[in-house]
Amino acid sequence: MAFVQPNTFRAGADENGHFGIFGGRYVAETLMPLILEVEKAYNAAKADPKFKADITSFNAHYAGRPSALYFAERLTQHLGGAKIYFKREELNHTGSHKINNCLGQILLALRMGKKRIIAETGAGQHGVATATVCARFGLQCVVYMGTKDIERQKPNVFRMKLLGAEVHPVEKGTGTLKDAMNEALRDWVANVDTTYYCIGTAAGPHPYPTMVRDFQSVIGDEVREQLHAAEGRLPDTVIACIGGGSNAIGLFHPFLDDASVKIIGVEAAGRGISTGAHAASLTGGEPGVLHGNRTYLLQDANGQIKDAHSISAGLDYPGIGPEHAWLNDVKRVEYVSATDDEAMNAFQVCSKLEGIIPALESAHAVAHVLKIAPKLPKDHLLVVCMSGRGDKDVFAVADALGAKL
Amino acid sequence: MSRITKRFDTLKAQGRSGLVTFVTAGDPDMATFQKILNGLPAAGADVIEVGVPFSDPMADGPAIQLSSQRALKHDIGLKDIFAAVAAFRKTDADTPIVLMGYYNPIYRYGGDAFARDAVAAGADGVIIVDLPPEEAGELLPALRKHGLHMIFLTAPTSSDARLPAILNNASGFVYYVAVAGVTGTKSADETSVKQAMTRLRAHTKLPIAVGFGIKTPAQAKTISALCDAAVVGSAIVDVVADSSLRNGAKPDVIAADVHRFVKDLAAGVR
Repeated sequence: MAFVQPNTFRAGADENGHFGIFGGRYVAETLMPLILEVEKAYNAAKADPKFKADITSFNAHYAGRPSALYFAERLTQHLGGAKIYFKREELNHTGSHKINNCLGQILLALRMGKKRIIAETGAGQHGVATATVCARFGLQCVVYMGTKDIERQKPNVFRMKLLGAEVHPVEKGTGTLKDAMNEALRDWVANVDTTYYCIGTAAGPHPYPTMVRDFQSVIGDEVREQLHAAEGRLPDTVIACIGGGSNAIGLFHPFLDDASVKIIGVEAAGRGISTGAHAASLTGGEPGVLHGNRTYLLQDANGQIKDAHSISAGLDYPGIGPEHAWLNDVKRVEYVSATDDEAMNAFQVCSKLEGIIPALESAHAVAHVLKIAPKLPKDHLLVVCMSGRGDKDVFAVADALGAKL
Repeated sequence: MSRITKRFDTLKAQGRSGLVTFVTAGDPDMATFQKILNGLPAAGADVIEVGVPFSDPMADGPAIQLSSQRALKHDIGLKDIFAAVAAFRKTDADTPIVLMGYYNPIYRYGGDAFARDAVAAGADGVIIVDLPPEEAGELLPALRKHGLHMIFLTAPTSSDARLPAILNNASGFVYYVAVAGVTGTKSADETSVKQAMTRLRAHTKLPIAVGFGIKTPAQAKTISALCDAAVVGSAIVDVVADSSLRNGAKPDVIAADVHRFVKDLAAGVR
């Protein structure tokens, strides 16, 4: 089938929530009216200048935006090629890009009159951000988290509890992000009247992928302005890590129609794609339907979802946001992967050279920078999203390195 | 006339409501499941729902989640399920079989191939929990072509404005989800089911089966009196689990336990 280049890559989703064949609203009938209600409320909010003003104000005074765009001079010198900038999302309040989305969604929940917020979390970054914003607005907060993730992200679990959230351990399945999301959906369906489900990534049923992207696009919008101020032009390459893909879509989306900007998403290759123990849905998955949307999924021949693996809890998910699935198929974005070992190496290199400890998730993006930057010319502007800080990961990394604390 | 339509006509002629029983295919293993399935009509099941196990049953409570996990230990796929339905059909030509599950295994199998093979095996309808009318357009033509009923779910949250969109494409019967929640947790409430039936009947002439939250013969009796059939799932699946745990791999004993419970439910409905 011949592929006809669209006029714009930024128009999706369509009115039914589809990006090409991806996206959609694959939910049980009980939830369908709620999804439609969220969509209606979001459309109304988008048209309300007060909503936009509220978000801008909280972004500035509560989250600390704009986040810095930082020239990583020593890493640039070390690699000897492209000029590398970090978009410092790890400097945001709560330590990651997740706050951008939580502020947007919880301000929406308030408009909808919801008093109880539920969320799923993998690494705990989204859980912490949700718990934080709930504390700020005096809302009840329940976070679902897999038991395996609770074990490897203990500091974040305690943070959520300090912030007043209930953390519900999910033992089912593999005890990771996908199981936490199943359980959050079960909670939502049983508490439809009172509860708003604050999904943490650009996935799930429409309108979530679009809405989360919109709230996260502040990342790319700022990069465009900041790099223009610093260099007077667009970046040549932008890079971000991808689990569900919210920091990535937030960085990518404002640049999708700038043909000169090369866009690269980095999935988690775990122990290596060929081992089967990975979380790279685009590289190693096939289209399917899970958690309300059609997208690329790790699955077997019977359509059963396979367990993902990544050293990074935030990337340990067998799917990916539907807009990424579409951007992959229309070839606007290049999707690559980095292994656990490569991410661990990047984690250490970045810490030593720049004095910035990246989240293990973000370290996957840095790992790809280590691969390509040396081969690029010195005037090549490369922006990598430092989506989160790595404080939460130091225990897990110490374990993996065999260090005794 | 389809088996489903015929069966509901017969029930009407008998002046009674029906019992729809749900069991997960391959739970606790394929041989035991086949014995359970084959004996359900004699135990009093008027319609049989066969659960297609899925790794991520988002709309199900613990009982059906665990039954899916038990089945998936044996790598049960749609081909195995079609074989079991075909084997059942050699023993029973009249009791309708409805496959119930999530969309991904069907999508992966291919919509057209699924409908073709399901009908060839002797299945009569399909309930796909996570395929609402908004997304069903991609599958409906294949189902119509091969003659497989699409049974849509309606819920307490489905507004009157929404009902026509759901019911316009429904066939066979309509499934009303009696409680907002996952399977097998809350109990269905008589008053709200009664109100829902009035609401639904204004939009459809199809028979209405009510499920989610019906666990005991007494509840089955109460709810079935308000509609055309009561669906019991988690409570039956719990018997499969308990009996397997107590008796080990003894297909005859487990099947007998399940059939005894179904007889009690049927007595309530009749």
